[in-house]
Amino acid sequence: MAHEHKLEIFRGLVKFKSNTSKIWGVLVFLTIVTLIEVGLGLAKPEWLMAPWMTEFEGGFFTTLGNIIFSAFIYMKPLNLIFIILTIIKAYYITWDFMHMRDETGSMRKMVVWTAVFLICYLIFILLQEGGYVFDVYNAKTPLIKRDF
Amino acid sequence: MDSTVARTGTEGKAWGGGNKPLRASYGKMMMWFFIVSDALTFSGFLAAYGFSRFKFIKEWPIADEVFTHVPFLHGQELPMIYVAFMTFILIMSSVTMVLAVDAGHHMNKAKVTIYMFLTIIGGAIFVGSQAWEWATFIQGDYGAVQTKGGNILQFGENVTVDGVEKFKRISIDDFVAVHAGERVQHERKNGLWFVAEGSLPPYTVNEIYNGLAANQNILVRTQIINKDGEKTVLSREESLKQIKNNGKLVVKGANLHVNEYGTALFADFFFFITGFHGFHVFSGVVINIIIFFNVILGTYERRGSYEMVEKVGLYWHFVDLVWVFVFTFFYLV
Repeated sequence: MAHEHKLEIFRGLVKFKSNTSKIWGVLVFLTIVTLIEVGLGLAKPEWLMAPWMTEFEGGFFTTLGNIIFSAFIYMKPLNLIFIILTIIKAYYITWDFMHMRDETGSMRKMVVWTAVFLICYLIFILLQEGGYVFDVYNAKTPLIKRDF
Repeated sequence: MDSTVARTGTEGKAWGGGNKPLRASYGKMMMWFFIVSDALTFSGFLAAYGFSRFKFIKEWPIADEVFTHVPFLHGQELPMIYVAFMTFILIMSSVTMVLAVDAGHHMNKAKVTIYMFLTIIGGAIFVGSQAWEWATFIQGDYGAVQTKGGNILQFGENVTVDGVEKFKRISIDDFVAVHAGERVQHERKNGLWFVAEGSLPPYTVNEIYNGLAANQNILVRTQIINKDGEKTVLSREESLKQIKNNGKLVVKGANLHVNEYGTALFADFFFFITGFHGFHVFSGVVINIIIFFNVILGTYERRGSYEMVEKVGLYWHFVDLVWVFVFTFFYLV
């Protein structure tokens, strides 16, 4: 059985002496991230509540630009920060608590890539369609009326 | 015959092509396969939540206004505090689990026992908290009126706190004008034979309307989110008109058909996603208890490896991982 652990996080920035101290270190990090999330969620700073970019208007390339920068155009920066922090937390739970860091590279890719690709696809399809259904209800002359 | 299994009968022959492809044992790899498929199930749920939310993007309930309760602190609006506590409990129990796994690597039976026990306690606290959260959600807070179109109208008044005018919710219990005996619950002994109806709403729309008309300060708030990210508050005339013309049902609390917080789907997804996750935590606790007793009985000591703790640990961390996402998409975003 493999007992050896990789004892550094943040690409070697922080090194730990033992696996136990690494676990506590990761706990401290996860707690800080959670506190930042809760703090931001309670404070809701004004400058994070409106998207940083406005939609490009025009032809094909502006549409492409809208897709590439969609996270900044259609999303509140606060929500974007929440999602990024969540993915960071997920990374450290998987890598250090579930010992993904110590598995072989191919094992890691087998698990992570499969999940990530399928989930991205699923999210794309469902959110795209959700937005479309919203447009059906909220067009200038909607076919279906709900507000009564 | 031994009552516990010290040898699993799979030593050295789990795979035709060598014992440990990718240097992961059969059991661990199968646990990873399960976790990947379960992750896809959960992301299906959360993506469906996203679909419905995008569909109702202009009127989805604001989580900070729904989940404001903390046990023992009645009447205070403390959004997110309790969920943050629950998140911390679950992360903490993840830590004790990984410490148990680590102690298992060192074949330290006493430490594995202690850490497994703490993990179970953490899981139990989390499930209990979730039950409390559900009970509060189901019981409801202020009550509301549902319109013919299925929209929710809530009540409140404008108050000035520290020089800033704010909209403060008012419970329907505080202003309703109750008339005696307007509607009698149909029991199965009357009329149609052996047919009963479900429990009646606490008040009729008429009683709410009369109470609203009698209290000049009360205004109606609709589901629609305005450009400031707040729910739209109607004027006094519009408030009365909305309740009179469109009010259909008085709603208190939440169930799978209606809820006082807004779109009915919000409660459905809340029950479904947190319920499915809570069920995972519950089964995790049960599995942890089984492993805990196996540790005490010395099964893994005799087997010469605590890998079983590691496999259950993977599942437990996965439950934590899912909660991190549920926390973000239900309570934060």
